[in-house]
Amino acid sequence: MRPLTFRRLVVRCAALAGILFVVVVLALKLGAVQVSLYGLARDLISFALHRTSELSSNYSLIVFDIRLPRILLGIFVGASLAVAGTSFQALLRNPLADPYVLGVSSGAAVGAILAVIIEAHLALSPDVAPLLTPVGAFLGALLTILAVYFLGRRDGQVDSSTLLLAGIISASFLSAVIMFLMSTLIGRDMRGMAFWMMGDLSTPLQPSLNWVIRLGFFLATGAIYTTAADLNLLLAGEREAMHLGVDVPRVRIVVYVAASILTGLAVSVSGAIGYVGLLVPHVMRMIFGSDHRILIPAAAFGGAIAVVLADVLARTVAAPNELPVGAMTALAGAPLFIYLLRRRMV
Amino acid sequence: MSSAVRNVTSGRASGAARTNVSLSVEQVSYAYSANPSQAPLFTLEAMSLQARSGEIVAILGPNACGKSTLLKLIAGALEPLSGRVLLDGVPTHTMTPRIRAQRIAMVQQESALLFPSRAWEFVLQGRHPYGRTLRFETEEDITVARNALAQVGAEHLTDRWMDKISGGEKQRVILARALAQQPVMLLLDEPTLHLDIAAQVDLLDALRRLASVNRYIVVVVTHELNLAAEYADQVALLQRGRCLRVGPPASVYQRELLEQVFQTPLTVETGPSGRPRVNVWSGTSPERAG
Repeated sequence: MRPLTFRRLVVRCAALAGILFVVVVLALKLGAVQVSLYGLARDLISFALHRTSELSSNYSLIVFDIRLPRILLGIFVGASLAVAGTSFQALLRNPLADPYVLGVSSGAAVGAILAVIIEAHLALSPDVAPLLTPVGAFLGALLTILAVYFLGRRDGQVDSSTLLLAGIISASFLSAVIMFLMSTLIGRDMRGMAFWMMGDLSTPLQPSLNWVIRLGFFLATGAIYTTAADLNLLLAGEREAMHLGVDVPRVRIVVYVAASILTGLAVSVSGAIGYVGLLVPHVMRMIFGSDHRILIPAAAFGGAIAVVLADVLARTVAAPNELPVGAMTALAGAPLFIYLLRRRMV
Repeated sequence: MSSAVRNVTSGRASGAARTNVSLSVEQVSYAYSANPSQAPLFTLEAMSLQARSGEIVAILGPNACGKSTLLKLIAGALEPLSGRVLLDGVPTHTMTPRIRAQRIAMVQQESALLFPSRAWEFVLQGRHPYGRTLRFETEEDITVARNALAQVGAEHLTDRWMDKISGGEKQRVILARALAQQPVMLLLDEPTLHLDIAAQVDLLDALRRLASVNRYIVVVVTHELNLAAEYADQVALLQRGRCLRVGPPASVYQRELLEQVFQTPLTVETGPSGRPRVNVWSGTSPERAG
């Protein structure tokens, strides 16, 4: 009998943070322009000490103004998607649930596009206007997960395959809506379509939006983390969890709202990146077990690592051209998805 | 099963106060309907029963007679249409899920686990109603879980995976989790289903011992007429949503009554233990001639 202790939790998270740090350094170094590790280390130390005048001018622009913000964005997007996926899998009792498969990401994209359209008709100050997109994406995500949840119920309990089908149908319907909106209302914008349907980290963000993303991530992940012990019991079903003292309706509301915030925020800044929310929780579960008190933070680190690595590949495999990061996660993720589908569902 | 009986509830300050708890089902009824404007699809007519700590109550009846509905009403998972279920004077359906889980443990027909877990993880789940948000298991939780496993003779299963043990072993671990909740009342929904006869007797022996040692009120829904007669202090006989009789097995096990409820020719005799025993025989077999 070796239940999780606070010390073991901290040690494991520190190890994952260490791996994330190494990946970030790698991501700063690699790219179309090569930067030496020595120069990078010197610059990182100067940067950390706020001695920006000492930065070697030839790479500081690339490393700190282009690569670093993009890496930070990747960290928050990846962590958000993985935490959302982990909590969807537990609450819906479905190992194949994730924001992308269930159509929640597409719903968020539709919400974000509608917000962009509405924004154009409102005279908002430039500080407030960009914040409309994440709000629209959050509402789109929440409405989609509620619709999929109710479509996926049978006889008062969530039915695994019905739910999955409801999600896949919603995703394809909402993708068509994205196409429609992009073609008719915004003008034929192929790059925009690729962004919303595949995901991309290359668009720079307004600083206000950056802070919304970070704050939203910590608040929503914190809220989900308060239900970690309840999610462990929910793996055996809602009825069973209720008899063990879980306030199931409360957990459901907390997780749906918080996971919709995470998905909405991630999609509004990076489009619909697939497979991260699906596969990262499984990999982390294989390593750390299915206790959500460790699984949720582990998934956050794992998602961050996965997206930053995928973005490095997206930037380098066809350099100087770039792939959308969502294409990279799909190339790596789809075969793994099929493997899990064969092993668990058939 | 191991004879080492240790009291899981020892070390609990309120232990003494728990030895005399009463369950009182007062004129409870319920109705299921597809939607509120339509006639109900199923009704459970008003019924009453009383039980005290240390007693085993068996709920018997054919399929779809309302046994499980009654159990859910007692558990407080359903709100009665009329009447009330009082556990020590408190209506069970008004308790918060946390308090309810500290007082009532439910053993259901096992549901599949989404991701594999070990037996000790499973038993520790029974400590959930005693934890605060995000706390980690204490030494006390681990002791309670260990004792619970010992009390059902399942210490050797502690580190096994739940999906790699037999049905009877799994049922013991599920029972251990219920004990780890340190409840005053134990509810079981067809716990002997899918078990062979040895495992059934094992489980019911354990239940009888637990009821007297830990002073639980035990309510068990079952199809096993003879096992119920052998182990229960009280039997409630249900048919199509009506409770026909409540009482000690000898008063409920009447040939005409059982034949009418189960629609099967049968005989009732007194077994070696002095309790009634039911024999089922085919209406076309030669013995009928007698």
